[in-house]
Amino acid sequence: MLKIVKNIGLATMIILGSVSLAYASGGSSYELKKHDWPHAGPFGKFDKAALQRGLQVYKEVCSACHSLNMVAFRELTALGYNEAEVKAFAAEYEFLDGTDDEGEEKYRKGKPQDYFPAPFTSEAEARDSNNGALPPDFSLLGKSREHLSMFTPWNSIYSEDYIVGILTTYHEEAPHGFEISDGMHFNETFLGNKIAMAPPLSDELVEYADGTKATTEQMAQDVATFMYWAAEPKMEARKEMGFKVIIFMTILTIMLYFVNKSVWRKVKKGDDLV
Amino acid sequence: MGSSTYVPKSKAGKWFEERLPIMGLIHGTLGAGYNAPRNLNYWWNFGSLAGFMLVVQILTGIILVMHYTPHVDFAFRAVEHIMRDVNYGWLLRYTHSNGASMFFVVVYIHILRGMYFGSYKSPREVLWFLGLVIYLLMMATGFMGYVLPWGQMSFWGATVITNLFGAFNFYDGMGDSILHLLWGGFSVDNPTLQRFFSLHYLLPFVIVGVVILHIWALHLPGSNNPLGIDAKGPGDKIPFHPYYTAKDAFGLSFFIVIFALFIFYMPNIMGHPDNYIEANPMVTPSHIVPEWYYLPFYTILKAVPDKLFGVIAMFSSILIFFVLPWLDGSKVRSAKFRPATAFFFWLFIINAIFLGYLGTKLPSAIIINMGGGIDALTLGRIASVLYFAYFIVVVPLVSRMESTKPVPTSIAQSVLDARKEG
Repeated sequence: MLKIVKNIGLATMIILGSVSLAYASGGSSYELKKHDWPHAGPFGKFDKAALQRGLQVYKEVCSACHSLNMVAFRELTALGYNEAEVKAFAAEYEFLDGTDDEGEEKYRKGKPQDYFPAPFTSEAEARDSNNGALPPDFSLLGKSREHLSMFTPWNSIYSEDYIVGILTTYHEEAPHGFEISDGMHFNETFLGNKIAMAPPLSDELVEYADGTKATTEQMAQDVATFMYWAAEPKMEARKEMGFKVIIFMTILTIMLYFVNKSVWRKVKKGDDLV
Repeated sequence: MGSSTYVPKSKAGKWFEERLPIMGLIHGTLGAGYNAPRNLNYWWNFGSLAGFMLVVQILTGIILVMHYTPHVDFAFRAVEHIMRDVNYGWLLRYTHSNGASMFFVVVYIHILRGMYFGSYKSPREVLWFLGLVIYLLMMATGFMGYVLPWGQMSFWGATVITNLFGAFNFYDGMGDSILHLLWGGFSVDNPTLQRFFSLHYLLPFVIVGVVILHIWALHLPGSNNPLGIDAKGPGDKIPFHPYYTAKDAFGLSFFIVIFALFIFYMPNIMGHPDNYIEANPMVTPSHIVPEWYYLPFYTILKAVPDKLFGVIAMFSSILIFFVLPWLDGSKVRSAKFRPATAFFFWLFIINAIFLGYLGTKLPSAIIINMGGGIDALTLGRIASVLYFAYFIVVVPLVSRMESTKPVPTSIAQSVLDARKEG
């Protein structure tokens, strides 16, 4: 009888899990395309070439409207650049550096310890330049747009897929019967299918330094990789340490299992009672 | 705790023990001086695991505080500073945030183990109360800790939960007075964050104090056991050390493997993605959900149409555990010998998980789609009624009416019986 109840419980949990997955993916009638990201999985590492291309897309396209407040230039060494390259990259930006002797604003070149400057000085200015919409900061979008499902992990929505979805599923014309106001654009992935951002990418919009062909899909994937790195820059260190910790703890667990077994040998069988 | 047979081996040890018998206290509490029933199964590991998690949370928390700034303008950034700039800051924070979930997993199993094997029954009622007090303190601590990163769910979770206390509006203005006191102002804002931070740091040490009382109360009657019968003769018990220290060490090591899987490979699965968006009082998230460990109670809250009674129902759903020792009238402790009790216990668990699942849903969400469709609110009401029915109807009746299976005369005897059979 107990077994039956337990099985019912297990079955309920599985059903609940699959229901919640249906819910997660069934938000709109469009299906989100999934990609095989090289940085996914327990041994996944960032594709540094993709990160560098993603940085280029961010710098040349996205950074016109989107800030990246939490990333400092010095962190770009993780993308495979050396320190001189990072210095040169930082020096392309200008930062306010107090005032000179006459009280005039003074500027200096960026240094590796500086953070990416924001395109707008305030939310009001950002909204004013963007038809009332606020372009979100890029720093954590790689984590704030995912919906992870614990019971049905295969049904999780990952931010990278979502970002690629947003960038590549614009329709020039909204489907017949779909009301869309001026300044809004139809997007399959975005919640409610109405997004203020105009399609930001088009084929050959940037000329990649490494010669990769800049298709819209390619740029979307590169910038999504870059955004995930920006949100989770310590991912590689985390997975590497995790591997060591789990190997170590598993061996220790096996050893402790046998220690425990030998400690209990007599008592377990009741040999001490006879 | 209490008297101990500890005899220090060294002269210095003797000298010290005469002046402060603390080694004897430890020896008698967690060492060879404490005799525990010999038949404890792996469900008994979760007490020491809970103690371990408390220590992990306090240690990681103390270091996190060194890098955190409790101010609405800096808190979100401070957490990202920990994640990006502090050496192993990501490890500390992910351990702490997943540690909270792990602490609740372990404590829920610990509580349910007590329920199944009748550990709340005489003479362990006060032990049970102290455990529930720890659980309530954990709920408060966990809630306030979730507010500290000052993300969207931090802010809106805090807004929703604190607003519940406004339901206690027994005279005009009383609800508002309570809210103003909780918030330190007229809405969730900087003073709220700062008082939550202060209390989030304080409460774990209160928990430590209650844990000491909990262990003290445990050591008077001694541990319960899967058979639920009193351990009397010397053959019924074995010294805590080395037997249970070895078993707990093995269990802990295994538990850390599971814990590490979360920290290193799915650190954000228990959190809400919206909490990586900085708190914004002008933008309400489309769906405000509390942390998973509050979800069953959240469903009960939503199930009641009236706000005050919803809040009362929610608090009652936890406080009712305090009267469990008297709702249960059975002379037998362990559900092992109470088939009907065991049956309803598992139904209760399934129902509680279902309540938790419903907690993640909007009340209008269709859960069962058969022709008409049944929404989460309706199912939540049914499951809430079943939840309370378990305590108010099922336990009192079943415990008094069911015919129990024969109980072994002693723990030693049951071991010898198994020996003969096997």
